[in-house]
Amino acid sequence: MLSIHNLEASVEDKPILKGLSLSVKPGEVHAIMGPNGSGKSTLGHVLAGREGYEVTGGSVDFFGTDLTELEPEERAREGLFLAFQYPVEIPGVSNLEFLKAAVDAKREHAGLEPLDSVSFIRTARESCQKVDLEQSFLKRGVNEGFSGGEKKRNELLQMMMLEPKIAILDETDSGLDIDALQVVAKGVNAMRNEERGFVVVTHYQRLLNYIVPDYVHVLAGGRIVKSGGKELALQLESEGYGWLEADK
Amino acid sequence: MTEEITELLKTDYEAGFVTDVESDTLPPGLNEHVIRQISEKNGEPEWMFQWRMKAYESWCKMKEPRWGHLAYPDVDFDQVSYYSKPKNVDDDHSSDGLDPELQDTYEKLGIPIREQGESLEGGVAVDAIFDSASVVTTYRKRLEEAGIIFMPMSEAMHQHADLVKKYLGTVVHQNDNFYSALNSAVFAAGTFVYIPKGVRCPMELSTYFRINEKNTGQFERTLVIADEGSYVSYLEGCTAPKRDENQLHAAVVELVALDNAEIKYSTVQNWYPGDGDGKGGIYNFVTKRGICHHNAKISWTQVETGSSVTWKYPSCILKGDNSIGEFYSVAITNKWQQADTGTKMIHLGKNTKSTIISKGISAGDSQNAYRGLVRMGKMAEGARNYTQCDSLLIGDQCGAHTFPYIESRHPTAVVEHEATTSKVSDDQLFLCQQRGVDVEKAVSMIVNGFCKEVFQELPKEFAVEACKLLEITLEGSVG
Ligand SMILES: Nc1ncnc2c1ncn2[C@@H]1O[C@H](COP(=O)(O)OP(=O)(O)O)[C@@H](O)[C@H]1O
Ligand SMILES: [Mg+2]
Repeated sequence: MLSIHNLEASVEDKPILKGLSLSVKPGEVHAIMGPNGSGKSTLGHVLAGREGYEVTGGSVDFFGTDLTELEPEERAREGLFLAFQYPVEIPGVSNLEFLKAAVDAKREHAGLEPLDSVSFIRTARESCQKVDLEQSFLKRGVNEGFSGGEKKRNELLQMMMLEPKIAILDETDSGLDIDALQVVAKGVNAMRNEERGFVVVTHYQRLLNYIVPDYVHVLAGGRIVKSGGKELALQLESEGYGWLEADK
Repeated sequence: MTEEITELLKTDYEAGFVTDVESDTLPPGLNEHVIRQISEKNGEPEWMFQWRMKAYESWCKMKEPRWGHLAYPDVDFDQVSYYSKPKNVDDDHSSDGLDPELQDTYEKLGIPIREQGESLEGGVAVDAIFDSASVVTTYRKRLEEAGIIFMPMSEAMHQHADLVKKYLGTVVHQNDNFYSALNSAVFAAGTFVYIPKGVRCPMELSTYFRINEKNTGQFERTLVIADEGSYVSYLEGCTAPKRDENQLHAAVVELVALDNAEIKYSTVQNWYPGDGDGKGGIYNFVTKRGICHHNAKISWTQVETGSSVTWKYPSCILKGDNSIGEFYSVAITNKWQQADTGTKMIHLGKNTKSTIISKGISAGDSQNAYRGLVRMGKMAEGARNYTQCDSLLIGDQCGAHTFPYIESRHPTAVVEHEATTSKVSDDQLFLCQQRGVDVEKAVSMIVNGFCKEVFQELPKEFAVEACKLLEITLEGSVG
């Protein structure tokens, strides 16, 4: 579904991704680990089409289309979801209104009618429950005054409502205590199915105890320097990234 | 992002068409002869002419106010025509007798110039003013049955001379300022409203202003008197054609709320804002003020989306004890628009209360200033004011400014002022895009959220229109 080949990308003329290749098939969960500043968030932003992240080489194929040709909102409507490492607040716009605009935009893109308010609100409430957020959060401004953990769960809430084909989770576990971590993992696991792909960016092996990946990749210096199964995460945990950097 | 914002801001002004009607227009320039002609064309009593001349004499000695945070070339008052009236206007102001071109115009603008339905309850009566003349006034007769006077000013001078003489120029004096003096000298159309004691006006009353003729200014005068214990909600809307020259609009609105009365006055201002290069547009120099007697309440709500330059401070004189003044404002500027707007709350009576909620939104290369005065007089024991003044910036070429003035002469008076400035950030817009919401929709959601407190003060149909206008004004403001 997603096939990244030799991707090179720069931010403000500074090359960050330097020939990154990664292929995700339906139903697979890929974990990406790597030291700070290695380009993990950059990868997410490039895939989502953020302005200022310039693709300078390589290709990204998403279900047979060149992803880099699409506007950010088109990528989203086509089923690409990015859970942000640092979710931003939008004061004054209620979570519910925001979710409705997002879901309607996606449905319109698919040639569907907007969801009626009753079913929409019901689904939104159910999703809140799944990520352990009180329903009052639907009325509050998007992420407005949310704690770090609440913001992360709000990202998951959006993911559930949008039912993406592929979800990129950028350090959705960082800053969470163990209970919150389990809520996140449960939410993700509940969404795992044969069609949906996940790219889970994380700093810590511990998330991968709960979201068991099919593959683990190490991103360093803008490239995937090592790939393996879930045991690779354990090895990284005990040995750090040093031995990989030395390899280069 | 900024470039795309600018691109988005280049949208069309939908009301920018010209109506092809023959009119009777005075040549440009202002002198005693012109004032005499205006007065004669209106068929006015002599005292009215004398009143105008007094104002004209003051005006000649006055200087254009330049203290606003506004930059525009001096207005050449000799180049302005001060009177233009479409021909073929029925004397009884009925919609049936109206020139088809004008009927068409109001249809295009979506202004209901025909009376609908049996009941007055929940309806809207319209006085439609086209350049210097009222062309249609709806529901007038049926309102009269309830004792409510809703008619063009020029007729009120004859039919209700006592009321006009008693109140005209008492809230905004002729020589209050340069533009009020000019207006007092040359005003032509305008609406007169009187709500009798204890009557709750069953429908919204409104005036719709349309400037059409080129090189003319519009100078209307509105006087609303709510007698003891009465209530009225008044609406005001306006548009003008697109032209390369700037056109002048200098109105005066006076509100009188007698003991225990309440007036709610709402404006959606959509004058032509000028083009993407800052050419053309209306200079909107307006004086609006109300006086509250004992226990009375005046509430101003304004949504300012148009005009190239806005200079406007709807104010309240809280004269009676326990009276209440409110000002809710959304002022949005885009492209090269400039707005210097706010209010004055003058607390004279005991336990008077005022609330000011101002939301300024600036985009493009525009400048948006809030200017507000809260004055607690010597007798204003226990008076309170709460002011909240928020600015939202879209892009990085625009400016937002706040000029609060507080004068307190009573130790028990309380004045609270809160101000915030925020920016629609690229991060916010990207979050929206990443969820499938395009930037235009995102900006409109953010702006609507920002304005919520003010919009909820507007009558319902008006609120819908305000949201729509906001979207149009902001279209193209982000990429
Ligand atoms: N907007 C930006 N402007 C300039 N440099 C950036 C920007 N975003 C990321 N970078 C740089 O790109 C590199 C990779 O950053 P990032 O993708 O955030 O790493 P990670 O998520 O792996 O910690 C870092 O050197 C960072 O400083
Ligand atoms: Mg990161």
